[in-house]
Amino acid sequence: MLKINNLHASVEDKAILKGINLEVKPGEVHAIMGPNGSGKSTLSSVIAGKEEYEVTDGEIFFDQENIEELSAEERAHKGIFLSFQYPVEIPGVSVTNFMKTAINETRKAKGLEDMPANEMLKLIREKSELLEIDRKFLSRSLNEGFSGGEKKRNEIFQMAMLEPKLAILDETDSGLDIDALRIVANGVNKLKSKDNAVVVITHYQRLLDYIVPDFVHVLYNGRIVKSGGKELAHELEEKGYDWIKEEINS
Amino acid sequence: MSKYTEDDLREELKTKEYEYGFYTDIASETFPVGLNEDIVRAISLKKEEPEWMTEWRLESFRIWQDMIEPEWANVHYEKPDFQAISYYSAPNSKPKYDSLDEVDPELLETFNKLGISLDEQKKLAGVAMDVVVDSVSVATTFKKTLAEKGIIFCSISEAIKEHPELVKKYIGTVVPQKDNFYAALNSAVFSDGSFCYIPKGVKCPMELSTYFRINQAGTGQFERTLVIADEGSYVSYLEGCTAPSRDENQLHAAVVELIALDNAEIKYSTVQNWFPGNAEGKGGVYNFVTKRGLCETNAKISWTQVETGSAVTWKYPSCVLKGDNAIGEFYSIAVTNNYQQADTGTKMIHLGKNTKSTIISKGISAGKSQNSYRGLVQISPRAENARNFSQCDSLLMGNECGAHTFPYIEAKNKTAQIEHEATTSKIGEDQIFYCNQRGIDTEKAIALIVNGFSKDVLNKLPMEFAVEAQKLLEISLEGSVG
Repeated sequence: MLKINNLHASVEDKAILKGINLEVKPGEVHAIMGPNGSGKSTLSSVIAGKEEYEVTDGEIFFDQENIEELSAEERAHKGIFLSFQYPVEIPGVSVTNFMKTAINETRKAKGLEDMPANEMLKLIREKSELLEIDRKFLSRSLNEGFSGGEKKRNEIFQMAMLEPKLAILDETDSGLDIDALRIVANGVNKLKSKDNAVVVITHYQRLLDYIVPDFVHVLYNGRIVKSGGKELAHELEEKGYDWIKEEINS
Repeated sequence: MSKYTEDDLREELKTKEYEYGFYTDIASETFPVGLNEDIVRAISLKKEEPEWMTEWRLESFRIWQDMIEPEWANVHYEKPDFQAISYYSAPNSKPKYDSLDEVDPELLETFNKLGISLDEQKKLAGVAMDVVVDSVSVATTFKKTLAEKGIIFCSISEAIKEHPELVKKYIGTVVPQKDNFYAALNSAVFSDGSFCYIPKGVKCPMELSTYFRINQAGTGQFERTLVIADEGSYVSYLEGCTAPSRDENQLHAAVVELIALDNAEIKYSTVQNWFPGNAEGKGGVYNFVTKRGLCETNAKISWTQVETGSAVTWKYPSCVLKGDNAIGEFYSIAVTNNYQQADTGTKMIHLGKNTKSTIISKGISAGKSQNSYRGLVQISPRAENARNFSQCDSLLMGNECGAHTFPYIEAKNKTAQIEHEATTSKIGEDQIFYCNQRGIDTEKAIALIVNGFSKDVLNKLPMEFAVEAQKLLEISLEGSVG
């Protein structure tokens, strides 16, 4: 589904990713871990197509297609979803209105008519129930005055509505208390299927207690320096990142 | 709202230039350029006005001659040469028509291009049209329905002839001739405009609507509007404007006076879309307007405006809250792009006891434009328990535009409660990327963000106007980010 070859990327001429290789297949859950400043968020932004990041070398394939030339919205239309670490506020635009626009723009890109209002309402009801979201929440302005937990739950709600093939969760656990963490993780687990894939980017192991990864990769200084199974996450939790740094530097 | 699809929008976005930029060739009768007492007399004569009106105009002209053009606004432009303007121009195909079939087909074509074909308008339930093209009323519909209720809705010229007692009693009472430079000029040379009178206790059953249009090269347009809501009556008045694109600047100096007698309510909504000049800042309409309403006891006036056009805007729809318990409201969205300049806001003059005012101003600046809010809240010594709430929000797009807020507060009564809130925000690349990531392209993302920002004001507009206004916002900001 996602194949990244020797990816180099920089922002404002500063090289951040220095040769990433990664393959994600349908049905898989990958965790990308690493210390601050290792390039985790850059990687998610580059996959999503943020313009400020320049790909200087390497390729990203999504469903066998090189997506380098595609805009962020085109990538979204193909089924790439990014759950933001810091979701932005859009005052005056309700969650429902935002979702309606996003869904209809995606349908339009596929040559489909707007989703009929009754279908939209049904979908909203279904997904909000799935994620235990109070429907009053959906008429509030997008992320405006939301608590950290509400923002992240809203991201997962959007993921549920858009039904992406590939979901990248960027530090979805940051700012969440344990109850909110469980709700968000349960949401992700309910949405998982054999046809879609999840990439979890996280600093800590605790989210991985709830969303259990098939593979764990350690990102350090712009490269994936170590890959393994879910036990690798536990090892990192116990020993920290220093031993990996030492391993590399020696 | 459902009728307007995204395809329609896309189609519109293809035409980046001002879309109503065409010029209708209707043989016009136009006065030579220049302004003096003879011209003022000639205008009055042309319109077959009574002598008192001629004298009133002449008095205004003399006042104007002694005034100087104001310079305090935060706008810069080449001052118009008032001797290079023709002060009268009328479509030739008079007399008045009994039905639309008699109207010059080319004129109807103009309306079609504007999307306001009268045929459709007639069918549109609840909207009466008094169409002003180049200063003379051409057609009035729904007059009969209104007449049954005793409502007078006609051109001001007609009102001067048919209802002189009303005009004489109220004209210049809210905006005096000497009020300001442009108001004095307008009082001397106003060509036409609308007149509306709602009798005691009558609720006007439909939204009253007027379309203005400037259409003759080098013809300044000086509209005069007078709306009188008698005791206990209610009226909602819509004003929408478009103009053909032109290279030289066109001057527009209108005066609107609203009078709400005891227990009356007037809702006045404007969507203004005059040619703002091209992307280099060339051309465009100068819009120097004086709008003011007077509220007697328990009366209410609401001004709602969506300003997207004009090269230079100078406009402060205001309320004089004369009677006790009077209410004044001002809801505004002002959009500036490219080289547009707007200095707009309101004055709320609290004279009566327990008077209340609300001001919500949303300024959106893009390109190299400058957008200023200027507002005055004045509480007089005898205005016990006056209250005001003001909220002024600015949204910036890009790094080359400016937003300015000049709130003035003069409270001379200790019981006054005045609140002022102001915010400035920028459409961030992060917001755009967030929308992009959800499959929403940049153009649509901006429209979404701007509509969210403007929602509080858009909600105050009558439905069909709100749709038009939303479209205008999107078109006006086309291509302004990224």
